[in-house]
Amino acid sequence: MWTWFYQLASPPHVYRMAARLSGGFLAAALVLIAYGTIAGLVFAPPDYQQGDAFRIVYVHAPAAWLSLNAYVVMAVAGAIGLIWRIKVAHAVSAASAPIGASFTLLALVTGSLWGRPMWGTFWAWDPRLTSELILLFLYVGVMSLRSAFEDAARGDRAAALLAIVGVVNVPIIHFSVVWWNSLHQGATVARFGKPAMVPSMLWPLLAMLAGFLCFYLAVLCMRVRGEVLRRELRARWVREALGS
Amino acid sequence: MSHSFWAMGGYARFVWPCFLLAFAVLGWNLWAARRYHLQARRRAQRALAMADTDS
Repeated sequence: MWTWFYQLASPPHVYRMAARLSGGFLAAALVLIAYGTIAGLVFAPPDYQQGDAFRIVYVHAPAAWLSLNAYVVMAVAGAIGLIWRIKVAHAVSAASAPIGASFTLLALVTGSLWGRPMWGTFWAWDPRLTSELILLFLYVGVMSLRSAFEDAARGDRAAALLAIVGVVNVPIIHFSVVWWNSLHQGATVARFGKPAMVPSMLWPLLAMLAGFLCFYLAVLCMRVRGEVLRRELRARWVREALGS
Repeated sequence: MSHSFWAMGGYARFVWPCFLLAFAVLGWNLWAARRYHLQARRRAQRALAMADTDS
């Protein structure tokens, strides 16, 4: 019954599974992102306060949401690798870092471009913005630490430790708009009761969130294949998998 | 497409760069992930070839 679960620790199984999954996730991502972009830019009505500038939310919110999720994946996979010494978990942790960092940068820049017309400034040392910037530094720190070691296994362990320590920043980012007096608006979709958006605005946003998630999973699968190969260069299964 | 669509209610210089950047980030991720996997494949093939010549 639990065979499938134990197989997740097997590098050849994960290498083959990631190849099968990446294509499906990528196809779903393309459809969802295409729908979300067209519906968000063309069919959603302008916001009564923000006008058409609100449309930035269709790329900003999914990027910001993914920046947190990718970090949690990196930290949880790092913890699993550290505790149970599973190579594949470290591969997942390493694969998630550059993707998460790129989405964090995207969230910061798009947020900045939204902030200029709405707040009158590109940047403010606001709790949400500052904690998101710290997240970018954490990603860069984890990636740098991993590559600073000659021994890949030691690099994996050090990076996992930093990722686990840094995960404390994730709830700080999420609740920063509640705990502190923030310029940033509060939760719009994920809140108790009804979301604060009309369906014609909400559906494109949900499609973009799902599309970005599928895209993340597709790219994660591709990167995991590379990470697994790099950790298993001389394993017998690699010869069979590469057909040489 | 009408002029008003591209003008984005006067916010064109903020909205369009956000979408362009988002697609650039998506494209970069796809390209970099493929490249990373292909590089790892080549490294593994070189390692296997070296192992064959050693034995």
